[in-house]
Amino acid sequence: MRRRRIAVWLGGALALAVAGFGLAAWRPALAPGGPGPGETAPEQVRRGAVLASLGYCASCHTAEGGQPYAGGRGIGTPFGTIHATNITPDPETGLGRYSLPAFTRAMRAGVDREGRHLYPAFPYTHYAGLTDSDVAALYAFVMTRAPVRAEAPANALPFPLSWRPLVAGWKLLFFRAPAIPADPRRDADWHRGAYLAEALSHCGACHTPRNLLGAEVAGRAYAGGEADGWWAPPLARSSPAPLPWSEDALARYLAEWDPQRGGAAGPMRPVVDAHRTVPAGEIRALAAYVATLYGPGPAGSRTGPVDREPPGDDPALARGAATYAGACAVCHESGGGAAGGVPYTTPSLGHRTTLRAPDPRNLILVLRDGIAPREHAPGPIMPAFGTTLTPAQMTDLAAYLRARFSPDGPWPDLAGTVRGLMREAPAPGARAEARP
Amino acid sequence: MPTLTVNGRSHAVAAEPETPLLYVLRDELGLNGAKFGCGLGQCGACTVEVDGRPVLSCLAPVGVLEGRAVTTVEGLGTPEKPGPLQAAFIAENAAQCGYCIAGMVMRAHALLRVNPHPSEAEIRAALRLNLCRCGTHRRILAAVRRAAGAPEPATTGAVP
Repeated sequence: MRRRRIAVWLGGALALAVAGFGLAAWRPALAPGGPGPGETAPEQVRRGAVLASLGYCASCHTAEGGQPYAGGRGIGTPFGTIHATNITPDPETGLGRYSLPAFTRAMRAGVDREGRHLYPAFPYTHYAGLTDSDVAALYAFVMTRAPVRAEAPANALPFPLSWRPLVAGWKLLFFRAPAIPADPRRDADWHRGAYLAEALSHCGACHTPRNLLGAEVAGRAYAGGEADGWWAPPLARSSPAPLPWSEDALARYLAEWDPQRGGAAGPMRPVVDAHRTVPAGEIRALAAYVATLYGPGPAGSRTGPVDREPPGDDPALARGAATYAGACAVCHESGGGAAGGVPYTTPSLGHRTTLRAPDPRNLILVLRDGIAPREHAPGPIMPAFGTTLTPAQMTDLAAYLRARFSPDGPWPDLAGTVRGLMREAPAPGARAEARP
Repeated sequence: MPTLTVNGRSHAVAAEPETPLLYVLRDELGLNGAKFGCGLGQCGACTVEVDGRPVLSCLAPVGVLEGRAVTTVEGLGTPEKPGPLQAAFIAENAAQCGYCIAGMVMRAHALLRVNPHPSEAEIRAALRLNLCRCGTHRRILAAVRRAAGAPEPATTGAVP
């Protein structure tokens, strides 16, 4: 009898908790609508275009070879693949029925027009810091794109993550609007950069480590993170960069590349490419702010560029040295692009942060796939070596590069990382759907 | 002394292990199909196949090719009896000066191995890094389509 009463009470409490959570998670659908009078004025659209570039919207919301902003690109997360949606104004599959209030709620609260919670792969945790006027300009821009009818593929998330109301719980735990720093000793450029970096450009989404539930760790801003299987280096005192990142160097890097430190590869490339259509002042502002994240003065433990002869009695390093001599040296021993060597090379690979990284992923991914040239613009290019070298040869080469150009000692489990990444590589030209 | 297997034949080569394959092919083995264009892996004129996959021979040290199968354009046929892909290049008059063609043929050959019926976009993506300074890209594309038995795309002008 008593046991039964406890069961009833427990059942009741559980039902109440579920109902309470349901109520807390529930968001109303907003009435369908479109831009009101003046909401897509040409000046707004032009401003929105620059903001969209600085928010890197296209880099997620455009599929490989697809229509701009029509979505469909799969974003790999530790929890499964989330597909970026169509943000063109198509009424059926895009944002065509979004009023400005609905768009604002999606951008700043991560809730779509129908009231569904959006996964935080969409960086509303940063966009929550956007000003009303910038959200309105972004709205003007997206609502004036050519509508494309394109349904994003379904997300590949395991239950219960596939149950969207759960995101409401995640938001309760982790979602805070970003703090945009203000410092009376800093100038307007720095404050502009702080707003861009923390809100619109969402630098921390990749450069800040995430916890087990995929939220940025609040106390470890810019301590280094991950992006699409690549290491995103710290933008902080803990940066292992051999040369310190000054404001000028960052401005050059973010606009194209820096002759001493090199340029972007991997998921940072679309970021730098997006800056092509952004006024130089905005890049300068980002650089002014990011440069101060590294802390004042040169870091004490920083070792400058290293180039030392690795021990000659190790046969693996000797094999790596021969590969370097035949495959890499013709470009990377040319003295550097700035000194008349091969364009877009640094004076020595000892200048590259990649070889000072805590793990070899970025090096192996660049060696495997190379750096594809930009279309219709000058920029770095590197051939892919994924078909030239076997995993064992790639391992020897990476070990040699690390031994020669870094003071930090061999990478742990280099061979295992190489094997894993080489196995994932598709055969050149093979159909995407034929991949395992 | 590295041993190289090229077009099914085994060769002991005198070159140091760091010597690029291209130099050994041309200078030691007399296989002059693969060309030296830029020497920096940026033009594709030196493309050959290693284990059936495309490789830039100007940046492939022979030391890494021990025990692996190298195929050059000479391995696909002879002037008297060209292979199907070579015949398609001839039929489409795809060569003007011809300097890039061995690389183009090898890149396309490696594509058709893994993807016998590529789409127009897939052909263009595969050949993207092989340059032709005469500008016969359209005929080169036509040759690859012919070899793949693919129809002329509806709009040949637009980049897909």
